Amino acid sequence: MNALVNYGDLFKVTLPETILEVISLLVLIVDLAWLRKAAQATRMAAACSLGVAGSAAAIAWIVGHPERMSFAGGALVATPLVNAVQIGILILTALVLLLSVKAEFSRNPAEFVAIVLLATTGMMLVAAARDLLVIFIGLELLSLSLYVLTAFAKSSAQSAEAALKYYLFGGMSAAFMLFGFSYLYGLTGTTNLSQMAYRLSGEATIPLAVVASVLIAAGLGFKVAAVPFHLWAPDTYQGAPAPVAALIASGSKVASFALLVAVTEGFVAPRSSETTGHSLWIVLLLAMAAGSIVLGNLAALVQTSVRRLLAYSAIAHAGYMLLGIAANTAQSGAAVLYYALTYALTTVGAFGVIAIVERATGSDRLDAFAGLSRRNPLLAGTMLVFLLSLAGIPPLVGFWAKFNLLAAVLRATTSTSWSLPLVILALGASAVSLYYYLQVLKRVYVAKPTQTAPLPVSFLELATLTGIALAVLLLGIFPGILSGWIPLG
Amino acid sequence: MLAFTIYLSFAGALLLALLPSAWARASRVIALLAAIAGFAVGFIAFTQAGGGGSIAIADLPWVPQLGIRYTLAADGISRVLVLLTGLAAVAGILFSWNVGDSEGDRANEFFAFFLALIGGVYGVFLSVDLFLLFVFYEIAIVPKYFLIAIWGSTRREYAAMKLALYSFAGSAMVLIGLLAAYAQAGGHSMNLQALARYPFPISFQMWAFPLVFVGFAILAGMWPFHTWAPTGHVAAPTAASMLLAGVVMKLGAYGCLRVAMSLFPHGLDPWGFTFLGVGSWRTVFALFAVIGIVYGGAVALVQNDFKFVIGYSSVSHMGLVLLGLLTLTQIGIDGAVLQMFSHGILAGLLFATVGRIVYVRTHTRDLGALSKLQLSKAMPFAATLFVIAGMASMGLPGFSGFIAEVQVLIGAWQAFPWFAIVAGVGIVVGVAYTLRAMQRAFFSDTPAVDANGAPAPVPEYDPVTWPEIAGTVLLAGTSLLIGIYPRLLLDVIAPAVQALPHALLTGGRG
Amino acid sequence: MTPLLTILTGIPAVGALAALLAGNRAGVAKAIASIAAIASLALALRVWLGVGSNGAMQFVEHSAWIPTLGIWYSLGVDGLGALMLLLAAIVSLMAIAASRKASSNPGLYFALILLLESGLFGTFTALNFFHWFLFWELSLIPAFFLIKLWGGEGRGAAATQFFVYTMVGSVSLLLAFLALFFATGSMDFEVLASMAASGEIATAIASHVGPVSLWLALATLLGFAVKVPLMPFHTWLPDTYSKAPTPVTMLLTGAMSKMGVYGLLRLALPIFGAQLAQIRTPLLVLATLTVVAGAWAAAVQKDLKRVFAYSSVNHLGYCLVAIFAVALPPGSSALALSQTAALNGVVLQMFNHGLTAASIFWFLSMLESRSDGLLGIGDFGGLRKPAPVFCGLMGIALFSSLGLPGLNGFVSEFLIFRGVFPLSWISATVSVLGLLITAAVILTVIQRVFTGPVPERWKAFPDLTTSERFALAPALILLAVLGLAPQLILGTVNATVMHWLAGWRL
Repeated sequence: MNALVNYGDLFKVTLPETILEVISLLVLIVDLAWLRKAAQATRMAAACSLGVAGSAAAIAWIVGHPERMSFAGGALVATPLVNAVQIGILILTALVLLLSVKAEFSRNPAEFVAIVLLATTGMMLVAAARDLLVIFIGLELLSLSLYVLTAFAKSSAQSAEAALKYYLFGGMSAAFMLFGFSYLYGLTGTTNLSQMAYRLSGEATIPLAVVASVLIAAGLGFKVAAVPFHLWAPDTYQGAPAPVAALIASGSKVASFALLVAVTEGFVAPRSSETTGHSLWIVLLLAMAAGSIVLGNLAALVQTSVRRLLAYSAIAHAGYMLLGIAANTAQSGAAVLYYALTYALTTVGAFGVIAIVERATGSDRLDAFAGLSRRNPLLAGTMLVFLLSLAGIPPLVGFWAKFNLLAAVLRATTSTSWSLPLVILALGASAVSLYYYLQVLKRVYVAKPTQTAPLPVSFLELATLTGIALAVLLLGIFPGILSGWIPLG
Repeated sequence: MLAFTIYLSFAGALLLALLPSAWARASRVIALLAAIAGFAVGFIAFTQAGGGGSIAIADLPWVPQLGIRYTLAADGISRVLVLLTGLAAVAGILFSWNVGDSEGDRANEFFAFFLALIGGVYGVFLSVDLFLLFVFYEIAIVPKYFLIAIWGSTRREYAAMKLALYSFAGSAMVLIGLLAAYAQAGGHSMNLQALARYPFPISFQMWAFPLVFVGFAILAGMWPFHTWAPTGHVAAPTAASMLLAGVVMKLGAYGCLRVAMSLFPHGLDPWGFTFLGVGSWRTVFALFAVIGIVYGGAVALVQNDFKFVIGYSSVSHMGLVLLGLLTLTQIGIDGAVLQMFSHGILAGLLFATVGRIVYVRTHTRDLGALSKLQLSKAMPFAATLFVIAGMASMGLPGFSGFIAEVQVLIGAWQAFPWFAIVAGVGIVVGVAYTLRAMQRAFFSDTPAVDANGAPAPVPEYDPVTWPEIAGTVLLAGTSLLIGIYPRLLLDVIAPAVQALPHALLTGGRG
Repeated sequence: MTPLLTILTGIPAVGALAALLAGNRAGVAKAIASIAAIASLALALRVWLGVGSNGAMQFVEHSAWIPTLGIWYSLGVDGLGALMLLLAAIVSLMAIAASRKASSNPGLYFALILLLESGLFGTFTALNFFHWFLFWELSLIPAFFLIKLWGGEGRGAAATQFFVYTMVGSVSLLLAFLALFFATGSMDFEVLASMAASGEIATAIASHVGPVSLWLALATLLGFAVKVPLMPFHTWLPDTYSKAPTPVTMLLTGAMSKMGVYGLLRLALPIFGAQLAQIRTPLLVLATLTVVAGAWAAAVQKDLKRVFAYSSVNHLGYCLVAIFAVALPPGSSALALSQTAALNGVVLQMFNHGLTAASIFWFLSMLESRSDGLLGIGDFGGLRKPAPVFCGLMGIALFSSLGLPGLNGFVSEFLIFRGVFPLSWISATVSVLGLLITAAVILTVIQRVFTGPVPERWKAFPDLTTSERFALAPALILLAVLGLAPQLILGTVNATVMHWLAGWRL
């Protein structure tokens, strides 16, 4: 780093993160000071509302200050795209908090919300970081918070087991990644992503660079749950408390993909005319993509737990997004982010429904959903919207995201040698995916309910889920709504 | 104005979805009103436009960054098919009037899914933007699944899943071709006419055409991708079968014509070499089509479930449609479109007879069981109806099917003379299975006998209801009208076919 | 000009609707049917008288239907058409009269008979293939249901066999004419005939479809070969004729079988004459076979209906022999006179046989009702004693079928032989065998049924009632009149035939 560190810049660039930090402290204080004697639900409600307010404030600040900024010569940046991603992350966090108001898994609600906000801070740093060390800091903040959150349901053995797996796996991947980063630094003499590609261009095939690429791929692949680094995902999705699973599946994914886009842009200079030999990095991404698409879809076919089904489907979706990253153009990068954000939104909704069903029936197996359409038509309707969007059925946003992504991949001139076969693979697998989404919907709409009593849902949860479903539908009909923030096409 | 066919259907579907389930009787009235309104719109537009060219309906920017516009227009072919959809929708609801009679029928959901399906179908026929067409095509898949899975009969969950997955797989194939074409053409526009004018390289067309054609042809029930159709149609409730066999299969054929053939006409050209006697995709698919005609008929001949006979006969009739399209002659394609209309009406009539009129009363579809029931005496209305519908489906002159067949055969003589002869054989097979089903179900010589060997008393069944009569008159009357005066439709279809992309109507030997 | 032919085709159809409304009231239904049939007969007579003797098409109606497909609403009759209209009207009336009142669902029964009559009228007046084919196929439906619903034992299979066989022939006809349309752009009989006469047709077919004129001719021929029938396509006939209710058999043999011969005269000969000439010899062999084998088969039947079913095959075989004999390669104008005679004979035979066969089956139906369904040749005996009038009148019809001079059968058969002998002496000679065998058959029937000892149960065989005698009289009188004064119809027929031969290129 050869630029002067200007702390004024740091403050400006990271103001939203600061807001979150402050709010997280505030949550702890409020709970400690005033709410010690209050009921569990009140404490949770208070903490969550503060968290939501904090997120809103952060969003307001970002929206109000859209100018480009950077800190320390590009270690942290604030570009329109980064702002958009950060806003998305904040919205997702707010939604997760809204959906966890009624959650009963923890006796420490304030701590829960505080750590969620810390995780969010980590996500936002990750999205904005362009320097290897800053990336690492952000990732660690995010990961450690998520490990803790996964274990938050202290009375559930599953939660503890999931957290342990997550932690061990995650810790190992973080170590690999750091190791890889250190090799990169050794090779190029810089930790700034924007200078990386230039310095790597002549030396991409030397063994050290190969090792570094593989190690970093392992680390980042873990974060996005891509094959073969996906093994933690099903267990974590299943064991973590529902809001946490939602957060892992949504915000964390978005941040990680934003990171991947930036890293790829950094490692591989966009070459429009040169198609001979692909950078190893791209090859690694493609291998992970293909593996995720195939394994994620195939494994999901046989799941009986809806959470695990969503976990494997997440792996598959990660595969699709990796294709977009591998294409490595500005268009495909924006498409990946669009996909990630809309996918995350839909996933939050899906997990919200799962949380409600679990609370009422005690399980997340497919049969727990039987007859949901009779017990609570509105809830069933939202689940219909979410799952069909994940399957990629128009006029829901999932379809647009997929279309946009695959179109960008096909149009990218850097990808002509591999784009068509892999797009065909993606669409074929996507066709298969309808089967397992329909399995859930079959239970919801076709099967007879085991209990006929209406499902108890709080107004807040129902309103939130309906809002998300409407957003998914609206974005599906008018996908251009987001184009102010994330350019389509 | 034609766009209101789409909007009214979706609005109706939404309204019905929100209706409390206690209002079952009201739901079917609402559904009928929505369907009649849609049909009226389509009918008025049809009569106003006459044989004129394309009516432009809407053209709004949708996702300008991707070059996708919300463009609707209707040329002659679309207007005819919109008319068909309207008729099938109204008839389908009339023949489903008994849904909602009992508790737990979930009538409002049934009609909601039904109207959503109709809306999607209207959308496909009216879209001129390829992307929009695809969106509507996909929208139609989900209601189909639920209609069969919830209200169906034989093996409904399996049949529904098979149908949904086959359709989705077909549409995935189409999407690949669509994306490739979009990317190839620069990604500026998805307009069908613009894309049709774009000179795609011949090597590109040679793989894009079969991919997209097969993708749509799966939904059209082309052999050997047809296996979802008989299973699905048999499992579906009557109205859904009427719609599936009558209209949704036509979506596939429409897609073949409007997308695959119009965008990639050179995919039909000879390859330059022959493999096992075929020298072009055109011949391959025409061969599949003719095989479908005969195979569908032959399998129908040995079925013991009444509904399966009709299901396989649909495969056979759609083979004729595809053959007509592939003749690449004005007259052949005219015939194919007319056959789409005619079979749509007749399939609706046949499924209505079997499903609604017979099955609801006798609770069996087994031909052997039905042959004992002396149905010609017990249900004279159904017997007469099936005779009329059966004769029409056989291709008897005086009904709409005959003219369509004649046109396709003339086109076939021009393009594939041998296939014309095979198609003729298919017609004879059609006579055979229709007569067999008719004989065994209604005019059997072996009624049940009581202990003394005398014929058992004729069973008593509920009388025919007015919605059934209304639906019958609507469909049978249309088929007869078009059979006697087919110019009502041909004058609209022929100019539209003539306006198809130049490279298509090459005719000649394939 | 009033569209007489359309009205004529429409009257029975309207009558059918009215009869349907009569429902189960047998008397009303039969009355309606009779009125409609009589009205049709009157109009058919009017048409016949108006045809005159210039041989060309009269009462022509011509309007656009689907011009892009060459389909015009085109009607017209010449001598042949008008004669067939008359025949159809007469036979339908006879069939209605012969129908017993006590059949089930009489409204539907008479409606179907009238629809069949309408179908016949439509076929005989059509000048455009589409219209003709429409009525050709449509007439199958009432026939199918008449057999299926009111027939005897095994009627289901017989009806289905009838339908499917005829359909196979129809489909092949359709394919051939569609190919023809594709090659020439026309579905009009007169246009196609003139194209054939000028030789254009073969070149048109060759350039558009390929060198398949002969195949198209064969395909067309198949359709008619099944209908007439020509052996070996006749296997549907005995079962159908015997299992159908007897009044329906009257219609089948009296009128429907003539549709096939009509088709040969109106479609096959004019359009495919040159092709038929190429395969004349095998066709003559088959036709002669039909004559002889038909008679032979009649001789060995045990059921009276089957006897006369095969006898019909034999009688129409003569028509076939004559038609094929006439199909000569061009350049044989010396034989024009023989060709004229032969064709005159064919047309006359169509009318005469129709009348005669209908009468015979009418008598058979009376026999059947009096014997409670028995119709075996050996079931009767000596009926001359208890029912002399019956036997006498039936004898007239039988002798006409045999070809006794003085009755109508003789004139037409004579003309046929007169014409065929110079054209193909072998066929003529061998066909004489048919005459001989038929004579033997008829005489055997007379002997077994009318003469001999009277079995106990027939001692009280009721003779003809007065109303029956009045009903039968016109037909039998006509048999005699046409036998003695054939020029009543021969004048018009001859003019038509000569018009044909002038226009065809054979």
